[in-house]
Amino acid sequence: MERRDEAELARLMRAAISGDENAYGDFLQQAACLVRGMARQKIVYGGIDPEDIVQETLLAIHLKRHTWRQDAPIMPWLYAIAKYKLIDVFRQRGRRMEIEIGEIAETLAAPTSQSVSDREISRALATLSPGQRSVVAAISVDGRSISETAKWLDLSEAAVRVAFHRGIAAITMRFSRTLSGYE
Amino acid sequence: MPLLAVWSWAVGFSIAISAVVFLTVFGPRPDIATAIETPRFLFKFLVTITLAVSAFYCVRALARPGESGRNTILCLAAAPALIVTAVVVELFILPPDIWSATMIGTNSIVCLIYIPLIGLGPLVILMLALRHSAPTRPGLAGAVAGVLAGGIAATFYAAQCNNDSPLFVATWYTIAITGLAVLGAIGANQLARW
Repeated sequence: MERRDEAELARLMRAAISGDENAYGDFLQQAACLVRGMARQKIVYGGIDPEDIVQETLLAIHLKRHTWRQDAPIMPWLYAIAKYKLIDVFRQRGRRMEIEIGEIAETLAAPTSQSVSDREISRALATLSPGQRSVVAAISVDGRSISETAKWLDLSEAAVRVAFHRGIAAITMRFSRTLSGYE
Repeated sequence: MPLLAVWSWAVGFSIAISAVVFLTVFGPRPDIATAIETPRFLFKFLVTITLAVSAFYCVRALARPGESGRNTILCLAAAPALIVTAVVVELFILPPDIWSATMIGTNSIVCLIYIPLIGLGPLVILMLALRHSAPTRPGLAGAVAGVLAGGIAATFYAAQCNNDSPLFVATWYTIAITGLAVLGAIGANQLARW
């Protein structure tokens, strides 16, 4: 198929260059089919009409027909022009791509709701020792930093870190056990 | 006119313009008769002519859609390979304490002015040839056209320049030709889109 196209197109183009207008018409028609196929394959999302690429490519073929060397294969030449024009059209559209928010609203993620209730938090904290509880509550619930918490509780930062780490580990242990208990 | 003929004419005109600028603005160095017998002087021409010829084949391929420029781009490495080899040899010959003085030479600023000056005419002609062609990568084709203009200009300038050390050539000629390549890339991106 490719090979027959190649020989046929090269023959038509050679005839066209030596002045055969019918051959040129046939050439452009066949070229249009090939480019249309390629453009349809490459354009995977909407917004660009494959026919735009076909038109641009045919125009370029006409204006730049002297750049084909008559002893060279014609398909690579043709496809290189089509690819250049395809990229060109993509670039132009890309620069002013406008999308209505309504069109893509369904693909946007819904805002996630807070999945942990206050009751669950206090239930988790209740399982900790008083020291760990105040550290974990200060950091995870009130959102204080390690150093703020250290100052507030009059502890060293290292002590706060250790208490926080152990507290979180204890909560994780406790709740994963509860979960596996349900199974 | 077939594209091959266009490029041959473009290069012919480029060489002619460079020759005119060279002869009217400065001309060859006074001691050219003795210089021409030294291999170091002749080596400069080997490098610049190799660069110009390889850039010519490369830009001609880049000017045509569907012609793979990949192989011809590899040819472009020939001149740099020559000059790098010569630099290594030069470093073995010269004592280290005169390396930097040889590299800086006596007229590096002149080199940086004259090569672009001689190369500007060829660059304009080559841009027009590119505009008539159909480069699918205009920037790259323009840069190689700049290297070609630089190669032609450097070949003429080498006859005027009295620094024959590969250290000097590798430094200042490279900077000057790179400047033309950048100009060519920018120019072709504007002029040779189609």
